[in-house]
Amino acid sequence: MNDSVPLDHPFPERRRWMAVLARAEADRIAELLGDRVPAYTVLRGPEGGLVMVRGRAGGGGSAFNLGEMTVTRCTVRTDDGFIGHAYVAGREARRAELAALVDALMQDASRAAEVEAQVIAPLERVLQRRRSDRAAKAAATRVQFFAMQTMRT
Amino acid sequence: MSADLSPGFGDPVADAQSCFRAVLDAMARPGQVHAVGGVSAPAPLCDAAGAVLLTLADQDTPLWLDPDAAAARGWIAFHTGAAVGPAAEAMFGVALALPDLGAFSKGSDEMPETSATLIVQVASLQTGRAFVLDGPGLREPRVLTVDGLPGDFAAVWERNHALYPRGVDLILCCGGELTALPRSVAVREV
Repeated sequence: MNDSVPLDHPFPERRRWMAVLARAEADRIAELLGDRVPAYTVLRGPEGGLVMVRGRAGGGGSAFNLGEMTVTRCTVRTDDGFIGHAYVAGREARRAELAALVDALMQDASRAAEVEAQVIAPLERVLQRRRSDRAAKAAATRVQFFAMQTMRT
Repeated sequence: MSADLSPGFGDPVADAQSCFRAVLDAMARPGQVHAVGGVSAPAPLCDAAGAVLLTLADQDTPLWLDPDAAAARGWIAFHTGAAVGPAAEAMFGVALALPDLGAFSKGSDEMPETSATLIVQVASLQTGRAFVLDGPGLREPRVLTVDGLPGDFAAVWERNHALYPRGVDLILCCGGELTALPRSVAVREV
C-alpha cells in the first residue's frame, strides 16, 4: 500500500485533520466548535461495525490478521453541500458525528482557516503535548548500557 | 462525490426488516401489492425501488444499473456498496423500463438461485393493462393491473416462465408500492 497522499488530492491536509479528530474527545470537539455548528443532515450512521486490523511482522513480512476492532462511522452533509466522513475507534457515536461535521467544515474554503485555528490546532497541540509527555517519561527510564559496553571490551 | 447525496433509511434496521418482509410476501403471493417506505430515493429511482436496493443489495451483489438511472449511481454506491457491472454478472438489475431478460443470468438447473432479480419501475400498479397471474402461492388466479410494461410482456414472460426452475424474478415498483412476479408464476393478458 502506498502511504503518500496523491499529488492531485483535493485536500492534501485531510489525513492530518482526520488523524487529529479521530483521537480527540467528543466533549472537547463540541466545546471548541461552539456555535460554529452549521445546519446539517446525517446521511449515514453513526453506526458501529468491525474492521479487520492487519499487520506485517517487522513491517515487511506477509500480511496477517491481527484481530478485529470496533469502529463507529458517520457521514454528514452540511446545508452548504459539503460531505464529511469519519471513522473513529470505539463506540462513541457522538464523536464520529462531530468528527464528520468538522471534516465537512474543513472542506469549505470559506471556513477552513477559522476551523483549523479554533478546533484542529488546539486539539493537535494537546495531542502533541500528550505524546511528548509520554516520550519524556519513557526517556527518564532509559538505561544507559555504556557501563556494560566498557566491561565487555 | 456528488453534493446532492441524500440519506438512506430513516431507521435502518426496522425499515430494512419491514421492506424485506414486504418483498418476501410479494414473492410468496405474486401480484399482491405492498407499501414500503422509510426512504426518499433520489430521482429517477422511485422510493420503493430505493428501499428494495437498500434492503437487498450489498458489496457481495453485483448490480446492473439502467443507463437512464445513472444519476442514482452515487447514492446506490454510497449506501449499499454494490459494484455496478455488466448485466450477465449482475445479481440485481435496476431498470426504469423492462430490459431484455435474455441479458441476465438465469441460473442453472443445479443452482437456480444464482439467477438475477430485476427491480423494474412501472408507471402504475393500480391502473393500466390487466394480467391474470396463476401459479404457486395463488389459490385462484389473481388479476394484476400494471401500466408501463411493454406490449408483448405476456409473451416475454412466457419465455422466462418456460425455463423454470431457471429464469429471472421481477420486482415491480411504482412510487412507494411494490409487487413481485417470481419465475414460477404464469402470466396471461386479458
